[in-house]
Parts: sequence; structure tokens; C-alpha cells
Amino acid sequence: MATPPESVPVPPVPGRPARVRGPAQDVAGLGIGRAVGFLAPALLLIGAFLVFPAIWTIYIGITNYRLTGVEAVSPSIVGLSNYTRALNDALFHNALWLTLLFVLGSAIIGQNILGFALAWTMRRARPAVRRTVEALVLLAWILPSTVVAYLWIAFFDRDTGTLNSILGTQGTAWLIDYPMVCLVLFNTWRGTAFSMMLYSSALQAVPPSQLESARMVGASGWQTLRDIVFPHIRGHVLTNTLLISLWTANDFSPFLLTKGGPNHESETVPVYIYNVALQGGELGYSSAISFLLLIANLLVALLYLRLLRRRS
Amino acid sequence: MAGIDIEGLATVYPNGVRAVDGLDLTVADGEFFALLGPSGCGKTTLLRTIAGLESATEGTVRIDSADVTRLEPGKRGVAMVFQDYALFPHMTVSENITYPLKVRRVAPSTRAEVAERTSGELSLHGLLERRPGQLSGGQQQRVALARAIASEGKVLLLDEPLSNLDARLRLEARTFLKKLQKDLGITTVFVTHDQAEALALADRIAVMQDGKLRQLGSPREVFARPSNTFVANFIGSTPMNLVPGVVSASSIDGRPVDGGSNGSAVGAVSLAGGSLPAATASAPAGAEVTVGIRPEYLTLSTRDVSGPSLRGSVVVAENLGTMSLVSVDCDGTLIGVTVPEEDEPAPGTPVVLTASAQRVLLYDKESGELLARQPAVVG
Ligand SMILES: Nc1ncnc2c1ncn2[C@@H]1O[C@H](COP(=O)(O)OP(=O)(O)OP(=O)(O)O)[C@@H](O)[C@H]1O
Ligand SMILES: [Mg+2]
Repeated sequence: MATPPESVPVPPVPGRPARVRGPAQDVAGLGIGRAVGFLAPALLLIGAFLVFPAIWTIYIGITNYRLTGVEAVSPSIVGLSNYTRALNDALFHNALWLTLLFVLGSAIIGQNILGFALAWTMRRARPAVRRTVEALVLLAWILPSTVVAYLWIAFFDRDTGTLNSILGTQGTAWLIDYPMVCLVLFNTWRGTAFSMMLYSSALQAVPPSQLESARMVGASGWQTLRDIVFPHIRGHVLTNTLLISLWTANDFSPFLLTKGGPNHESETVPVYIYNVALQGGELGYSSAISFLLLIANLLVALLYLRLLRRRS
Repeated sequence: MAGIDIEGLATVYPNGVRAVDGLDLTVADGEFFALLGPSGCGKTTLLRTIAGLESATEGTVRIDSADVTRLEPGKRGVAMVFQDYALFPHMTVSENITYPLKVRRVAPSTRAEVAERTSGELSLHGLLERRPGQLSGGQQQRVALARAIASEGKVLLLDEPLSNLDARLRLEARTFLKKLQKDLGITTVFVTHDQAEALALADRIAVMQDGKLRQLGSPREVFARPSNTFVANFIGSTPMNLVPGVVSASSIDGRPVDGGSNGSAVGAVSLAGGSLPAATASAPAGAEVTVGIRPEYLTLSTRDVSGPSLRGSVVVAENLGTMSLVSVDCDGTLIGVTVPEEDEPAPGTPVVLTASAQRVLLYDKESGELLARQPAVVG
């Protein structure tokens, strides 16, 4: 058995305090008071506009708070009855299902695949072509929602719509006959820029010599994608899918196109929350649903973090 | 197995750089062929054009007598090892080696056999299940070679295969590579800017400059008789002495001083305050030339000698291991000469330099081309 080395007492160095382990010291030399003073405005803003509304939502979610009437003045606590009501609410189930379709169609399939396809093809395009395409795709992303929604309403319009004059299908009310298809198309168009940019930069990280090695052995385009490119960008695919799924699930612009109609056929969860709160006036119930949506977001994010951790 | 024929090949990049500029080249079946030249001379571009990764602007590339100039890289029967090896990081060594077979949908059992056999040939036993990130540089290089060999191409192209290895490992890998190539008998073209590597490995060397071929020959030819001053300067671990001189006599005392090469008459050339014997058949007396002579081919002595010689005093001696490179000041011109380390003279010693006529090369003063090889020009 090895003998532990003798511990030699170290004489303290005069004039130099022994270094203490602990929280970081005051590097900037501001003093706690002034440091807090600098932080306060930011903390106040975050508190007032993010933390307070969130807690407030949770609070009114357990009340019968209404927009008008007696409960608007003196709401009373109803416990979890808003939540039990949501579990049996057919319209809420409908909203969940439509949100799932919306996310699947426009984000996970639409934006992901279109964004990757654009990034992959633009890689070898002439610079002028690439810049033009990128600018157009980005434009769809940065324009304000109201402007974009107006453009798409004009596009889908029954009497003077662009789509009808292109297809020669005068009289088809696209937004009424196929509301979810329209929303999926719209959101794919609107959000592809993010996926395209993320995949563009991810593809730069694939060493060209590996792609050329695949070419040298005669790998087809699909084989190259499957065997060489995807393993390199798997992490990016995961990140991108998570982000666009969350954004799409929480997106409110469907309201600008269809207002959830006709007959709740395109009423995704955010639109349903709005309709319950402002048309139905049931602020308590809509807050409870908001809270459920928040929980769903958190669960998806947690799942993502676990997947990421498993990879490394 | 197959040879490569290149005719009038030019590769122009979109930015207008003529990286390969009108090249004619033939690589024989089973030959180990080196492309040598300074950085940016177009070696990689030429290799990539043979591979099909760059498309030729002019000219033709033939492999095994079949015109492949417009063929896809995967259809040329060519395997390539990249400078960074380009191993796939997410595949095991065995998956990397057999990827060319997977692409061709060869059965997994056959692939396992190939992985086993090839890894044996390249001393990769026991590494088959590792990933490239868990290998040393030398092992990675051998995996890259194994993958190229497993694809069973007719031609093997290597872009600076040894440059990412440290000096010690490089020597080992060099020997290994040469033996492997001889065993497989596969036509191999490799790019290097390390002339020692080219001299040691290749059956023949092509020296390139600015996309053009400057000399083509065996390592011995290229080393001993560089066909122009560019190659003379580039080849050799110690730079060749290139000194302006004048052809002084077409022969000395009416008889040849030494056995002249190509049966040419032996005369003398005066340079740096002295003279040396030289094959002067190709240059008339009085012609101004550039005299080239390797430090290894000069003899240094401290005693006086008869016949043409250079006289000077030692300036400095540099140790090269077993040899020393001595710089001698001959009438204001510094001439390098190598001597065994035990004969190293002290600085300031007066010395005499001599050489045999076939080692003294005469280059045209303007064009820098070797004169002895050209038909005599009578001025
Ligand atoms: N993709 C490219 N586009 C434009 N010009 C290029 C490209 N690749 C190389 N060049 C130019 O072509 C010339 C030859 O390049 P090449 O890579 O073939 O040189 P090299 O001999 O392999 O040099 P090194 O020893 O440094 O690798 C250089 O002038 C280089 O700048
Ligand atoms: Mg190169």
C-alpha cells in the first residue's frame, strides 16, 4: 500500500492574502450597489413584460375571470375546473389536432424539406442566382405578418384572386374550401428562409473532399446525401426542426387569413385561445389553455435537450 | 491496369487562371509517377482533372486508351486519396474502407472479406471497428489508401499523401507506399512539392511550373541533368550553383580533358575568375552561358591541381549531417561544394575546386534551357 505523501505545511506568503474559493469577485470594481443600479432597468422591464404576465396567466387560469360581467370585476377562484373542462372540450381537441397538422405539414415537412432543398441546390448555383433566391426567400420572412396576410388573401380570393386566374378556377373559395391546405402553404412559404439559412451554413461544415470522395466512388446524389451529408448535419436538423415546430405551433398568423374558420376548420390552438378570450370573453379558460400550450412547448424542448445530450 | 495519356490538356478556372496549360504526358502501365513543382504550379489541378473533379478546358485524358475527358469521376475507374484523407468521421474504419463497394451494392459478406483483406495489406489489423477520430495520422493515411485500393480502380491518384505526417513517420510511410505500389502494380500518380519524396519514390518525375511541364524523366536524370535552370534550382537538397560564364575553348590542349557525354567535344568554360571543363559542342567559344554544377559534384582540395579549376577561399561551412556544405568565395562569386564532414576546411582556407566535364552543365543565358542536349547552334 502506498504511503500518502507527507503534507508539508505551506507558510503563508506575507502581504498576499490566501486565495479563497467562492463566488467570482468584484472584477469590475463597481461595488454591489452600483452593479445592481446598472442591472435594475433591464430587470424591471423583464419583470414587467415577461415574468408578471406569465405568472398572471397562471393565476387567472384558475379563476373564472371574464372580459365582461360580474366575474370581470370580482373573479373567484375555481381551482382546476378550467383544466378539466379543457380535457373534455371537443373544440380544444379539434384545435390540438389542427395544430399538429399545421406543424407537421408546414414546419416539419414543408419548411424543413424546402429549406434544405434550396440550401443544397443553391450551393453550386451561380452567385447572382443564389443571391436573388436568398433575397426573395428572406423577404417572405421579414415582411410584417399583416402585409403578408393581405397578399395571401388577395392571392386566394374567390372573385379576383391570383390563384384562380392562374388555374382558371374562377369561383373557388380556397380559404373556405381548403383552409388548412392554404395555411400550410402559406406558412411554408413564410418560414422557409430560416431553414434555408440554417442548412446553408450547416452544409458549409461538410468538408468538400468528403463529397468529392463520394463522387470518386460513383455515389449517386441520394447516396451522398444519406451517407455523407446527413450524418454531418444531424444536429442541425434536430435544432431546426425543434425551433420551427415551436414557432409554428405558437404562430398566430393563421388568424389573419381565416380567423379559425369556417366552422373551426382552421382553428389552431393560438387562434382558439384568442377566440375563447376575446370572442367568448372567457379570459380564465383561455389562460388555462395558454398554460397547457406552454407546458407542451416545455415538453418538446426537454425532449430535444435529451436527444442532443444523447448524441454527444 | 492501365496507362494514362494526356494530350494538350488545359484547365482554366472560372476566374481565368490557367492552372494547367497545354500539357502532354504519358504515364505507363504500373508506373509510379510523381508530379513535382512549387506551390501553385497546378499539380493538384492536373490530378483533379485526371480524376474528373475539374473538367478539362482543352485537350484529352485517356485511361487505358479510352477517352475519359468528359466522363463522370465515378465512371473513370480512378481512385483518389485526398491530402486531408477525407475519411468519413461517422463510419468505422471498415465501413470507410468498403464504402466504394457499398455504393455499388456489393453484398455485406463480400464487403467484410474485402475489409479484412485490405486492412491486412495495410497493417490495419484490429482497427476495423474504430472511428477515424480514434486513429493516429499514419493510420488514417493508411485507411484512406485502403479505401482507394478497395475501390479497385485502374489508376491511383494521391494528392500529397505524406504531407500531413511528421518527418519520422513520413519516411516510414514512404517505404510502405513504395512497397505497396510495387506489390499491387497499380498505375499511380502522386503529387508532392517535396523533391526528396519524388526522387525516392517515383519511377519517373514530371516537374511543373505555372501549369506547364518543365522536365520529364527518371529521378536520376532529373537530378543529374536538369533540362533548364528552373528545374536545376528546384531539385536537390542543396541548391545547384548557377553562375554566369563564357565558353572559353572548345577543347583544352587539343585533347579531351575527360570523357565527354553524348560524344561531344570537351572544352572549358570560364567563370568566377577560373574555369571548369565542360562539354561545349553545343556552344561556340565566346558564347555567354549560365554554368550549372551541383555542390555534390564539385571536388574541393587544398593542394594545387593541374587543369581547369576555380580558386577561392572558404567563407563558411554548414553541417548537413554526414556532409558539410562549404561556401567558397571565388573572385566575388559564392560557390557551394559539399565535402565529407571530416574534410571540412576552416574559414579562410585557400582552396581549389575541380569537376568532371560531364557534371558541368551549360544553360542558355536567356532561355535557361540546357545546351548540351540541344543540337549545336553555330552562330
Ligand atoms: N478553385 C479554384 N479557383 C480558382 N483558381 C484556383 C482554384 N484552385 C486553384 N486555383 C489556382 O490555380 C493554380 C494552381 O493551383 P493548384 O492547387 O493546382 O496548385 P498546386 O500545385 O497543387 O499547389 P500546392 O503545392 O500549394 O498544393 C494556383 O494559381 C491557384 O491559385
Ligand atoms: Mg496542391
